[in-house]
Amino acid sequence: MYDIKELYEAESVRDAIRLRLEHPEAQIIAGGSDVLVQMREGKRAGKELISIYTLDELRGVCLDMEDNLRIGSLTSFSHLTKHPLIRQHINVLGEAVDMVGGPQIRNIGTIGGNTCNGVTSADSASTLHAYEALIELTGAEGVRRVPIKDFYLGAGKVDIRPDEIQTAILIPKASYENTCGYYYKYAMRNAMDIATTGCSVNVRLSPDKQTFERVRVAFGVAGPVPMRAPGAEAAAGGQPVSAETAEAFGLAVVGDINPRDSWRASKAFRQHVAVEMARRCLVESVKRCGGELK
Amino acid sequence: MKDQFRLIEFNLNGKDVAKMVDCRASLTDMLRDDYRMTSVKKGCEVGECGACNVIIDGECYNSCIYLAVWAKGKKIRTLESLLGPNGELSDIQQAFIDETAVQCGFCTPGFIMTAIEILETGKEYSDDELRKQLSGHLCRCTGYENILRAVKKTMYKRLGKPMPTAT
Repeated sequence: MYDIKELYEAESVRDAIRLRLEHPEAQIIAGGSDVLVQMREGKRAGKELISIYTLDELRGVCLDMEDNLRIGSLTSFSHLTKHPLIRQHINVLGEAVDMVGGPQIRNIGTIGGNTCNGVTSADSASTLHAYEALIELTGAEGVRRVPIKDFYLGAGKVDIRPDEIQTAILIPKASYENTCGYYYKYAMRNAMDIATTGCSVNVRLSPDKQTFERVRVAFGVAGPVPMRAPGAEAAAGGQPVSAETAEAFGLAVVGDINPRDSWRASKAFRQHVAVEMARRCLVESVKRCGGELK
Repeated sequence: MKDQFRLIEFNLNGKDVAKMVDCRASLTDMLRDDYRMTSVKKGCEVGECGACNVIIDGECYNSCIYLAVWAKGKKIRTLESLLGPNGELSDIQQAFIDETAVQCGFCTPGFIMTAIEILETGKEYSDDELRKQLSGHLCRCTGYENILRAVKKTMYKRLGKPMPTAT
């Protein structure tokens, strides 16, 4: 038995918004793989919950009118990984979320929950940052879309207003088209572990595959919230596809990130692995684009 | 709490059932306490060990971090569904015995339900793929190799192919 004060089951998005307004103290629960665990630990014990888990309208992936990828917030990690549109356009996201927890966790965990937690270690977060995802929030007044970097306000804090729930995550076409990416999760175990540091890179090469047209990189656990590394992106963007560029790109990362000492790893260690992770991710992304490093 | 008990209709191991359920209950609580499905073990109760694993609409879930009320309208399978009409063991259960993949047995039902999900895809997986698919379970006795071998053996048996010999 969970120590739940009240459980409100939303029957639609509109109903969820009504429940949010009626019960401002209540916590939203999607898959529950964080909320229920925290409740068991005592952190959220005795709280009211609003369950949105059964809202199937928030599941699935599609292309919208402008060919942006639209991912329903309750889409599970395992469904994301398997989805043909994800595999075709942003395979790295499917691969990144395939490293969350274990198989059963990937069946219950949702991409919306992963972002709404506001934790820096979320395996989806760095890739979503690197692809400049937009977070769609639906509230009493309507729908608003927030760039993911503005959605994260601080460790464990995200920009969800008292009447809102997150309904989708969008990846703009301009962001995903003609790109290949790679995610590297550095953790102590191969399964059921949280990233010590995570790095997601995606590149767009020139038609002759000799030049980096665009390079994007984002990290998890390199600061209080997931973050891009603009210095590193600038160091590689427009540069020739070469081992030197990859090297310079990796080294530039140190100037951008701000990891901390924690029981999982020290700041110095995180900085050290971040450089190598970025370099490897760039090299793998190039390979996936059919390019070759000289 | 108002509406503490809610009517939950679902399909358990092929049978339609209905019950008034405490909305604070986990699916593990409901399956064990209301339906006596004691193959569903209470291990860590925070979704880490996989002992409470059951199949819901064809996918594996740790029932300890799944609210009982979410079972509404779902098809749920536990280890009990594998029992033959005269109490026979299924092939995968027999393989666990043959390969000594069981010691204390606490993790076994969870592992076997994941194995069922793997086997029912009808696909052939490499050892690495099988390891990854079995990675959501903790076993503190056998050291996993025997479990992997039991699943692999059953997979090849069901595929009608000889099991490749170790190189």
